[in-house]
Amino acid sequence: MLIPQKKVKAISFGLLSPDVIRKISVGSIITPDTYEEDGTPIDTGPMSLRLGTIDPTQKCKTCGNRVGQCPGHFGHIELAKPVIHVGFVKIIYQLLQATCCKCGRLLLPQKEIDKIRRLMKERPRIWAIIKSKVVTKVLKKAMKAMECPHCGEKQIKVRLERPTTFYERTKSGERRITPDIVRARLEKIPDEDYEVMGFNPKTSRPEWMVLTVLLVPPVTVRPSITLESGLRSEDDLTHKIVDIIRINERLKEQIDMGAPMAIIEELWDLLQYHVTTYFDNEVSGIPPARHRSGRVLRTLAQRLKGKEGRFRSSLSGKRVDFSARTVISPDPNLSINEVGVPIEIAKILTVPEKVTPWNIDELRELIIRGPYEYPGANYIVRPDGRRIDLRYVKDRKAVAETLTFGYIVERHVRNGDIALFNRQPSLHRMSIMAHKVKVLPYKTFRLNLCVCPPYNADFDGDEMNLHIPQSEEARAEAMTLMLVEQQILSPRYGGPIIGGTQDYILGAYLLSQKNTLLTKEEVQRLLFLADVADFPEPAILKPKRLWTGKQVISALLPKGLNYTLRASACRKCGECKKFECPYDAYVVVANGELVAGVIDKKSIGAGEPESLLHRIIKDFGINVGSWFLDHAFKVFLNYTFLHGFTMNLDDVLLPLEVLQEIQKRLREAEAKVWELIEKYKRGELEQMPGKTLEETLETLIHEVLSNARDNVGKMAANYLKASSQALMMARSGSRGSMLNLTQMAATVGQQTVRGERILRGYFERALPHFKKGDLGAAARGFVYSSFKRGLTPIEFFFHAMGGREGLVDTAVRTSQSGYMQRRLINALQDLHVEYDGTVRTADNRIVQLNYGEDGVDPSKSDHGKAVNIDKTIEKVLGVAALK
Amino acid sequence: MKTKKMSLEDLKKKLEEYSAELPKSVIARLEEKLSEIVDRLKVSDVEKIINEVIKQYREALIEPGEAVGTISAQSIGEPGTQMTLRTFHFAGVRELNVTLGLPRLIEILDAKRAPSTPLMRIELDEKTKYDKAKAEELARKIQHVTIENVTSSISIDFGQQIILLQLDEELMRDKRLTLDMVINALSKHKIGVIESVIERVEETSEGKKKKIIEITIAMPEGIEATKLVKLRQKILSIKLKGIKGLKRVVVKEVSKEGETYYYLEVEGSNLQGILNNLDELEGIDPTRIMTNNIHEIAAVLGIEAARTAIINEVMSVLREQGLDVDIRHVMLVADLMTMTGKVRQIGRHGISGEKASVLARAAFEVTTKHLLEASARGEEDPLAGVIENVVVGQLIPIGSGMVELRIKRGGE
Repeated sequence: MLIPQKKVKAISFGLLSPDVIRKISVGSIITPDTYEEDGTPIDTGPMSLRLGTIDPTQKCKTCGNRVGQCPGHFGHIELAKPVIHVGFVKIIYQLLQATCCKCGRLLLPQKEIDKIRRLMKERPRIWAIIKSKVVTKVLKKAMKAMECPHCGEKQIKVRLERPTTFYERTKSGERRITPDIVRARLEKIPDEDYEVMGFNPKTSRPEWMVLTVLLVPPVTVRPSITLESGLRSEDDLTHKIVDIIRINERLKEQIDMGAPMAIIEELWDLLQYHVTTYFDNEVSGIPPARHRSGRVLRTLAQRLKGKEGRFRSSLSGKRVDFSARTVISPDPNLSINEVGVPIEIAKILTVPEKVTPWNIDELRELIIRGPYEYPGANYIVRPDGRRIDLRYVKDRKAVAETLTFGYIVERHVRNGDIALFNRQPSLHRMSIMAHKVKVLPYKTFRLNLCVCPPYNADFDGDEMNLHIPQSEEARAEAMTLMLVEQQILSPRYGGPIIGGTQDYILGAYLLSQKNTLLTKEEVQRLLFLADVADFPEPAILKPKRLWTGKQVISALLPKGLNYTLRASACRKCGECKKFECPYDAYVVVANGELVAGVIDKKSIGAGEPESLLHRIIKDFGINVGSWFLDHAFKVFLNYTFLHGFTMNLDDVLLPLEVLQEIQKRLREAEAKVWELIEKYKRGELEQMPGKTLEETLETLIHEVLSNARDNVGKMAANYLKASSQALMMARSGSRGSMLNLTQMAATVGQQTVRGERILRGYFERALPHFKKGDLGAAARGFVYSSFKRGLTPIEFFFHAMGGREGLVDTAVRTSQSGYMQRRLINALQDLHVEYDGTVRTADNRIVQLNYGEDGVDPSKSDHGKAVNIDKTIEKVLGVAALK
Repeated sequence: MKTKKMSLEDLKKKLEEYSAELPKSVIARLEEKLSEIVDRLKVSDVEKIINEVIKQYREALIEPGEAVGTISAQSIGEPGTQMTLRTFHFAGVRELNVTLGLPRLIEILDAKRAPSTPLMRIELDEKTKYDKAKAEELARKIQHVTIENVTSSISIDFGQQIILLQLDEELMRDKRLTLDMVINALSKHKIGVIESVIERVEETSEGKKKKIIEITIAMPEGIEATKLVKLRQKILSIKLKGIKGLKRVVVKEVSKEGETYYYLEVEGSNLQGILNNLDELEGIDPTRIMTNNIHEIAAVLGIEAARTAIINEVMSVLREQGLDVDIRHVMLVADLMTMTGKVRQIGRHGISGEKASVLARAAFEVTTKHLLEASARGEEDPLAGVIENVVVGQLIPIGSGMVELRIKRGGE
């Protein structure tokens, strides 16, 4: 791919003068009809072949090119009477107010004008900065003037009636200023004064804002579509242009005939209406122009505006080739840097490869295999730019023979090619990462489970996109900057965003249990998966040679790793017993040996800064880190297979006595609630500061009930079977929380809507099953049952209410936070670090003198800290020095 | 072997030498850690450690061209999806509700004139902070009290052109107000003549005795009925004491390390008001007054303070939601918002609307307005930013697109 040598340096905006319009026009359009009876375009009509062609059988009459080559050409309409451009009404209004109606000068004393002009000429840089402020002041002051300081004329107030009519208030009443008078007045404004008002007379004269000639866009801008029935359907813009021509011609006729002023004015207004809606069909104050079917027309402004408009939809976002999309599914045997690509897709996506002496034989083979056989090729590009589509080549062998150096072969993607993988919504940079292609059978994209968190992907039907970079530069950049392993550390908090989830954590947790003992075969199986050759000495020799799970993990840890942390199994006891921890939650790694502790979410989980995984990446580098994610994690996962894991109803089963006790405690809580209500009714409740009595009661009831659920939950956790698999998942942090368990085993608890106990639907009660004004727990959405026991119909309904609120909340939140992020990105996207370490905006203004006050990249930091000093001291002095 | 030991002073001096090469935060942490083990350190060790730290610091430096703006925007925007819209969780008993989570974050970035729940936290000085009684007295002093707060009923007699005010004695006692003070305040305003003040004891429905004070205010002759209603409103809003805007003041207790101290939490915010009345408000620590109204901070304490306030507010919203976001991202946003000396909004009426590029503004919001204005004024788009170049279809001038290097083929 060629790197473009030419560059657009700047774009300057301006108005087209009538002269320029006539010059760029290929002809005047005067016929308000599109096609002749026989279907050929009318030469003076809006679909004229002079304006370019959209018909593949026709040649453009202006340039002689066919569809793809002819860019289209502009035409014009000579308006019988001038018409105001809606978009500039506001500016015209300001200009009329700020200039003299007689001499056209700016209504400011010459001295002041000279002063500003001097500043403009002598201090252009300062002028550029203060321009907008000076201009608003100038206009404000000039608009207030009652009398022209240049010719002494008394000024008459001008009034704008939206959208496009001007009036002036004279003594004899209001008089309309027709567009031709407006234009005449604007013409009188001298360039010097125009400049002072902040305009550039070289690119825009004010009178050009009143149109005398209308530019007609080429047909390529407004192509007509032929329906299946053979009927032609014209573009909205064409319809509008036809309307304008029709009225314009009629107006012309009437003027030539010397028709009375009233008729002319009526037609003139109609012309103004059509031109207005041609530019913008959403102008307030006039009805939008409609299609025959009643549909509102989509005219120029609508094409540009909004999310589906040209800017946001076609210019800020572009459609691309060399991309694919399909459903994703997991594959733990892939590396985190890989993506599984279906063969069918691999046969469509191509990589251009230049023919060289080193690859010519191989590429010939690919060409011979052709586009339909897997590793093959789809196109050949000759040095002159001609493309050969291999689908239509009869004798591919012969074509392969013609291959010489300098040709480019677009071959199928194959293993090791670089691809960009993306899942929407792309909320952060880790939503698009580079993977190495691994071509696989079946029809889904496959990815390692550790990369699910950055994409926020799961496999309930998610689809993802894949792009193949086509230039060497793009590939190099993707490889070095975007490869998954380069993105392990999130710039959001300086910790790993890629890491273990669900089964990985569970496997590690099970493997690192104190009582996990493995036979030789098992250890071999596990370590073989990780490609680890160093076989540890068995921990137990007799009666059988056995290895502990911790030994297996130690074999996977890099030598020299030292670390301690509290696992997520930690119960936060008052004083830590460290090595004597009854839950084995005190994790110690010394010189790469797992001495104590279980490995769980806190150690290898995704999004856990200062974890074991984070330490490995920080101390040993990305390569060791990604090795660990690829190999050690495979061991953890396979241990779950070895161990076996399931969850059943027994996991949330509590002994009968406990269940009775739970119900008893819930009834006690209920009684307490009644007590509070009684107290409230007697007026004995002490009001809390800043709350009404009712609010106080609600708060207290809330507290009682949520305490009750917590207590009951704790009890339930204590009485659950020690072997409860569900409990194990919650403890290790692999899935589910203690709250989930409480809700399943003991009680679901209070349901809320808008943070309050449920009260909606009926007058003073939630459901007709309760008395009006019932404040008790059951009537206001407390669910006594557990999910295991099942909810009563009323409880079920309350639960559904709470659940629905959650769903609504998520829907509302995504749109709100999406808009917030769009605004943030838009405001911040130009900020970058300069070579001098400062952060600057696009126009080179300094935002920060040193990025983040210390110049440290958060993704290279150690959880926000520039340098981990403890680790550095340890590195220099050795572990012993710190003890 | 020569093993020179290090003293604490030597260490400090040594670290001082490197102040140009390491940021203050790193030096401070280094000093803290090293002084713990200073008695075991050799001079050479310290040097080795410092050099290693410098090496690692340099490795952690941001690279030129990095699109730090986009990264910050993503780092703050992405967790937005995880935030709860409303905070349902009642953490214990909370006296005041505060806007938190996503709505508050949007509010800060919008640079709204006033927060939807203005709040102040006023710390007391060393002398008073342990004294609950004094704290409560201060709370009473600053709380804004109007006639409305001590009135049990107010009625207009249109026939006699009088307004009848019934004051609640209990409420007055609670606010430490005497009748004289109320009458004094009333007579200061042009609202009419106080005709009579009657005190009587009434029996409530529960059989309790209650003292009621009736004030009759005569209106000027021939006043219109509509004016009378307006006047009633004016009477109700007459200030009796306190500082305007401070609707409710709560004394809060903090127990830390065996010590219990008090501070004031205020609903409503008026930083200038408190600072203006410091003489009367002895016991308040003027250096430790916090408000969540960023514009107020900008006006009273200056733009640098507003910047810090934005950082603190955003960080506390994120922290409260349990979201881990590096402070550097928030600092960048705050710096951009305040760089012109005024607090600018993140959005159409602030930073995005003031961009130099026409195309960038058009691509964000109100597309046609910007295009029309640009063509009327004859503006020029310098194509210096990201979006403009995407629109045009060129490389963006940031990151790897910023580098201007080309290989010269077939050179010498």
